[in-house]
Amino acid sequence: MTTILETDGERLLVAVRALLADKGIASMAEIAERIAVTDRASPAQGARMVARAWTDPEYRALMLRDGARAAEAMGVPMRGAPPLGVLENTETVHNLVVCTLCSCYPRAVLGYPPFWFKSAAYRARAVRDPRGLLAEWGTVLPDAMKVHIVDSTADYRWMVLPRRPEGTAGWSAEQLAAIVREGDMIGVTVPTA
Amino acid sequence: MTGGDFAPGASVRVRDDWPEARGPAHIRTPHYVRGKPGRVVRRLGEFPNPEDLAFARPAARVPLYHVAFDPAAIWPDAKGGDELLIEIYAHWLEASP
Repeated sequence: MTTILETDGERLLVAVRALLADKGIASMAEIAERIAVTDRASPAQGARMVARAWTDPEYRALMLRDGARAAEAMGVPMRGAPPLGVLENTETVHNLVVCTLCSCYPRAVLGYPPFWFKSAAYRARAVRDPRGLLAEWGTVLPDAMKVHIVDSTADYRWMVLPRRPEGTAGWSAEQLAAIVREGDMIGVTVPTA
Repeated sequence: MTGGDFAPGASVRVRDDWPEARGPAHIRTPHYVRGKPGRVVRRLGEFPNPEDLAFARPAARVPLYHVAFDPAAIWPDAKGGDELLIEIYAHWLEASP
């Protein structure tokens, strides 16, 4: 007899999906919709939120108060997703997000985590040697800048609202969104014009 | 199991407890802050206790706090002024004088 660990993934998916439907837990259509939502999520969604926060003070306030509502306001489906907290980088504080326990990540707004986010090296070094780690990303912070390392361990998911770079005055939200990268919203890098 | 009620700014200490040494356990409190002093930043809400959810047991809703820690109190080579922010469930926190 084949154990669950040895079973072909596709056959296992078909079997589990049929069981969930038979037991009335989730229909085939609901599962297909959730897979589609998950596949559509990408850093471009978070980048659109960041760009709007840079150009719309009311939206920025909403984003810092309730990240999930701010995501929904941009058309990102958040039903069933964990609460989203947004950490604002300022002139004095730089935020860095890590999940030392596993791989908690704001997938609804950033998509699948990059491979290194789950690596033991990133998880260990982000909390132990954040400035050394940032320097390897080319992110050198002034000594006076405080680093807040946010270890995402439980029911919230966290994204960083980076500072708007100089040289972007008068840019449209689309232009601004195009310079915001995944790493800027995790906090390993900062956007540049 | 519901734990204490802490206001923002409250001095706390994470319980120096190691349930994983006693048997199967699912724990969201990182080992590196067990027994360490911290400061409550804000209450994040109440969530079903993941330590029970993980074993399909009935899970009471427990308060979750964002707690700030001084890295210098945890790592000998930490730089002063930085801060670790971690979500900790109420039943892992005790008031610290």
